[in-house]
Amino acid sequence: MYNVDELYTPATLEEALDIMAKDPEVQPLAGGTDVVVKMRAKNLKNVKLLSLDRIQELKGVQMLEDGTIAIGAMTTFTKVANDPIIIEKLPTLRTAALAMGGPQIQNVATIGGNVCNGAVSADSAPSLFALESKLVLRTKDSERTIDIADFYLGPGRVDRKPGELLVRILVAPKGDHFGCMYNKFAVRKAMDLAIFGVAATCKLAEDGTIAKATIAMGVAAPVPVRCTEAEDYAVGKIPTEDVMAEIGRLSLNSTKPRDSWRASKRYREALIRTLSGRAVRDAFVLAGGKLS
Amino acid sequence: MIEVKFTLNGKETVVAVEPGETLLEMIRKRLNLTGTKRGCEVGECGACTVLIDGVPTDSCLYMAGQINGHDVMTIEGVATNTDLDVIQQAFIDNGSVQCGFCTPGLILSAYAFLKTHKHPTDDEIKRGLAGNFCRCATYVQVMDAIKDAAVRLYGEA
Repeated sequence: MYNVDELYTPATLEEALDIMAKDPEVQPLAGGTDVVVKMRAKNLKNVKLLSLDRIQELKGVQMLEDGTIAIGAMTTFTKVANDPIIIEKLPTLRTAALAMGGPQIQNVATIGGNVCNGAVSADSAPSLFALESKLVLRTKDSERTIDIADFYLGPGRVDRKPGELLVRILVAPKGDHFGCMYNKFAVRKAMDLAIFGVAATCKLAEDGTIAKATIAMGVAAPVPVRCTEAEDYAVGKIPTEDVMAEIGRLSLNSTKPRDSWRASKRYREALIRTLSGRAVRDAFVLAGGKLS
Repeated sequence: MIEVKFTLNGKETVVAVEPGETLLEMIRKRLNLTGTKRGCEVGECGACTVLIDGVPTDSCLYMAGQINGHDVMTIEGVATNTDLDVIQQAFIDNGSVQCGFCTPGLILSAYAFLKTHKHPTDDEIKRGLAGNFCRCATYVQVMDAIKDAAVRLYGEA
């Protein structure tokens, strides 16, 4: 039995936002795979929980008229992984969804919960950063849309204001000749946290070189990071071995890995150097690029 | 207290729960169904697995007050009348049970898994059952049981 003062179970978003307006301190409860674990560790006490489980309008993946993909914050990782739009357009999110926890976790854990929890090792974060996602946050009376990069403040800390709920994640249309991938580096294939994770996207130019690349990393700094120097360098290139090595070297400049019991700083630096170049190469190939 | 009404192993059930009560606690303490095991309580071991609307879920991470209107199946609901389910029988026949603590969770995960995988490969079984730990390490026998159950249910591939 956990120390919970109240459990709200609203059926609509409007009702949920009403409750949050009256009591901004309520703790939103998505899949429970982080919140309940925090309650057990007594990091959350005397909480009022706001279960979002019944709110259908927060669930599912949609393609909007302009091609933007809108992912409801309460879409579970199982639904993300099996959604036809995700599989076709944003397969990096399928890889990320299937990389986290095991089936029971994926069945209830949500992409919005993963983002709002702000964990350094969140499997969805590198892909959502690399895809340059935007977050739609609502209160009872207001709505704002921000870049995901502005949402992460520090380990476990995000810019969710009192009374605010994350409702949707938006990914702008990427067009043709676009590839994206995620590589989770962990000891086990399931039920493990990432030692390091890297997502990359690649858009091809007409001459077959890289028109735009994005590289985003998890567990490489206190928050997920983009490797902008390496991204800029990649433009106009084909990811040969030399180019990959330079991407790896430049990626290190954007990161700030540290020692943890999972891996040492030096080991993480080696992973960053090696896997960032490979990530760009893989995204390049997925975009239809030819290496030679 | 919150009153919840849901289907448990095919029966309409109404029960009052505390806001801080997990589904695991409700099942074990209020409904006295002790087949669902309390293991790690952080969603790693899978011993507390139940099916909610047919979907394997760690009942230790699910607040009981959210269960209104859902359909829950615990290990007690797997066997029909006096007969064991095919999967339970396959676990016995393949020696897949040592201490037995992980078995209810494994069988429920296998139950849901075999609905969508009629001729599973070893790799699919490993992924499908990745959320259930067995500390006696009976994994090889569990794989055998699931493959055996698949054949008993759906025939050879």
